[in-house]
Amino acid sequence: MSLFQGHGLGCIRGGRTVFANLHFAVSDGEVLILRGPNGSGKSSLLRLMAGLLGPEAGNISWDGEALDQDSETHGARLHYIGHLDAVKPALTVAENLSIWAALRTGDRSGVMPALTQFGLDRLAEIPARLLSAGQRRRLALARIMATPAPLWLLDEPTVALDAAALAALENAIAAHRNGGGITIISTHMDLGLEQTTTLQLGDFAVDPDTAWGLAS
Amino acid sequence: MGPRLVNGFGRLVGRELVLVLRQPGDVATVLMFFVLATVMFPFGVGPDPNMLARIAGGVLWVTALLAAMLSLERMFQIDFEDGSLDLLALLPVPLWVTVLAKAAAHWLTTGLPLLIVAPVLGVLLNLNPAGYIALLSTMALGTPVVSLIGAVGAALTLGARRGGVLLSLLVLPLVIPVLIFGAAAVDAAIAGFPVRQHLLLLAGMALAALVLCPWAASASLHQALE
Repeated sequence: MSLFQGHGLGCIRGGRTVFANLHFAVSDGEVLILRGPNGSGKSSLLRLMAGLLGPEAGNISWDGEALDQDSETHGARLHYIGHLDAVKPALTVAENLSIWAALRTGDRSGVMPALTQFGLDRLAEIPARLLSAGQRRRLALARIMATPAPLWLLDEPTVALDAAALAALENAIAAHRNGGGITIISTHMDLGLEQTTTLQLGDFAVDPDTAWGLAS
Repeated sequence: MGPRLVNGFGRLVGRELVLVLRQPGDVATVLMFFVLATVMFPFGVGPDPNMLARIAGGVLWVTALLAAMLSLERMFQIDFEDGSLDLLALLPVPLWVTVLAKAAAHWLTTGLPLLIVAPVLGVLLNLNPAGYIALLSTMALGTPVVSLIGAVGAALTLGARRGGVLLSLLVLPLVIPVLIFGAAAVDAAIAGFPVRQHLLLLAGMALAALVLCPWAASASLHQALE
């Protein structure tokens, strides 16, 4: 049983307090959906969760062990999808996945099933520079299927996806949670997922007058 | 380094080499710059063979350093722009291993080709035969230093506008010691003096850069990712 939680988190970007005193806790098989208006800190929170960004206040822990203690172990247990697709145009579609699979686990056997799941198997040998925006997004999502990791952090994964790819993503998340995985998604869309928890980032916004107190 | 880090390092170098070799034009550009910049000198200072022989060692070192600057900017910039750097930072290996792998790949695709072409250009500049071994051995020790210091510069200028120029302004002053001892060793060898102390100093610089630069560059990359 894994428990991923954050306590009293604060985030300051460009001198502006984005959110303060934010708490979250997710455990095996749960899906947490981050909602909030643009600029409410959904992406920042996901980067905090990934360990790419250090919190200004509070702490994040996995099974009680703080993230900053062992960032490599945390990196190994998570998949992160940001705004950018991290697709290399000079490589083929399959190579784009197998390069990350090789770097993360050394095991490339999950690459073709992942491509098939997102309908990219017939494009496996073409250069990725020929892909459309939606296909590049599919390729980025297929990357997280290619190697196992218990924690998925998805930042607006539905951007540019068509209905078929959206269904594939929903299936992937359902399978991930059935296997005991944790999924944290920021999205403005309604995903067809049952029993999800929602975190409204607007609830943790700080009005500008009190923001300086947090920073000090 | 444990076996996990060695494996991770090997795979990261492999990734870099695949990415560079898919676009071999980048390596060719660096080499063409090295050749053209060197060929300019006989036109500029005149074709007198004695004059060229006297400046050959220094000219080759300066043009090689300038050529190496051309490919430094790419070290992190492309991965930063397409989001791959986030994923590299989340790999189960420490970021300094990634930096070391990128510097190694930069040396293999820039320093090593420059090293191979340099003797040919030496002939063009009428370099004294006694200077070739000193030229090659100092470049073999000095170009890794350029790649390592360059990694720090590339990490520091990440995301800056016109980062390439800024990068050269940062890195070139720092590699002046390499230039001094590299070029001096070639002159010493031609004059019949021993070059051992030059090589030892360059080896010391290489070891210091090997320890300090990956650490400094990874700290800078963590800043850039925030």
